[in-house]
Amino acid sequence: MTLINIYYKFLSFLPPIMAESLPKLLSAAVVTLKLLSLSLFFGMFIGLLFAILRLNKNPFINKFAYGYSYVFRGTPLLVQIFIIYFGLGQIEYFRSTFLWVVFKEPYWCAIIAFALNTGAYTSEILRSAFQTIKPGIIEAGKSLGVSSKIIFYKIQIPIAIRQSLPAYGNEIILMMKGTSLASTVTLMDITGVAKYIISTTFKPIEVFIVAGGIYLFMTFVIHNIIKFLEKKYSF
Amino acid sequence: MELLTFGDTGWGDELFIATLMTIAVSITAMIIGFSFAAIFTPLKLSKNKFLNFLANSYTTVIRGVPELLVIYLFFFGGTGAVMYVASIFGYNEYIEINAFVTGAFAIGIISGAYSTEVFRGAVQSIDKGQFEASKALGLAKPFYEIKLRWKKITIINFNFITPHFLKVLVPQILRLAIPNLSNVWQITLKDTSLISVTGLVEIMRQSYIAAGSTRDPLFFYSFAAVLYLMLTFLSMKLINRLEVKYSRGF
Repeated sequence: MTLINIYYKFLSFLPPIMAESLPKLLSAAVVTLKLLSLSLFFGMFIGLLFAILRLNKNPFINKFAYGYSYVFRGTPLLVQIFIIYFGLGQIEYFRSTFLWVVFKEPYWCAIIAFALNTGAYTSEILRSAFQTIKPGIIEAGKSLGVSSKIIFYKIQIPIAIRQSLPAYGNEIILMMKGTSLASTVTLMDITGVAKYIISTTFKPIEVFIVAGGIYLFMTFVIHNIIKFLEKKYSF
Repeated sequence: MELLTFGDTGWGDELFIATLMTIAVSITAMIIGFSFAAIFTPLKLSKNKFLNFLANSYTTVIRGVPELLVIYLFFFGGTGAVMYVASIFGYNEYIEINAFVTGAFAIGIISGAYSTEVFRGAVQSIDKGQFEASKALGLAKPFYEIKLRWKKITIINFNFITPHFLKVLVPQILRLAIPNLSNVWQITLKDTSLISVTGLVEIMRQSYIAAGSTRDPLFFYSFAAVLYLMLTFLSMKLINRLEVKYSRGF
């Protein structure tokens, strides 16, 4: 029996509302995964950039990076999405620039908001990881005559990434839950489709079980991937 | 700035009331969350596999499912559930549930899952030897022997209220839990912005209304962000004081 057969067999066992909503919600899961992976990809770069800025000795740069992470961690994600999606379009000058091509799409607005948000959290995670690297490791590199640039890229960054894996795994799961807010700016991700089905069929519990089940499955998969990576790169 | 004046022309007073509403919802949700934590933390620590499973599935499901989905469940399903329960008791009229109750309950259940984990961690990190020491000192004897029983099954056992619990465990649990509870408080405060989808007029909803009628979304949403930042900043100051108070001597 192929996987598709098992899937149809499984559908036939479910109550009709669940069987109807499961395929719709599964296709919406693709949107959620796209939003998640793109925002994590951009957020990683933002996080790394601001973590490095946080470690800078110049107090002005340092404070700026701290302020960035404070603002994005202290305000709800919903406000950030609304500012980017509804707010930025209001600036006349902004609409004439090429950036408007990106910012008029709710899809990219959501990704930018998520990336900025997860970037703030990632920068905190990476900063604490950088700070826990033992100075002896860097000194060993220096005494072997390795240039400080190579020490940073080949020693500090890999160790910091390994150190921050457990915390980053939590951040991925939080971000996956955060992508549900994309439904407030008209995107049809799992939560958006679930809301649509609930408001047309008035069967909230059944739809919640299916949608929640998909989210839980994704959480489970992410959790295990992170666990596997932790084991693989443990030292 | 004219937009923020108090009175009929500005949105200052509306936003002020909305801020109070956000604070009220967060505090109510936090209290509901604590009551959920009070129920589920002992279950999570119990040796009974079924009770353990019950508590674990509560925290896993709530922490693995987006907050917005939980709020939609309560928003669309709350009325139906309450009416169903009422119909068992013979009441068949339509019951309208207030948006405040729905929202506070939904957020409360979410914050309860996080609080449960915090309390579990705090209880587990307390040294087991302390219980034995308390026993030796005669502190482990309950004040009253009260048991709620139904058909030979003990439902609630109040024997845990001992001098050991009140004077030894609780202060330590508070000291260990307050730093993490401040995170839970922040999460709860930020989650209240999601209740705006149910129509409860808190900061986010009021900004939405104001942005719609003045066509100035950038200003009002930025102002909402500032309000949230102020709330988190002030609450952090307060919690830090509590933290200092409960970590005396450490």
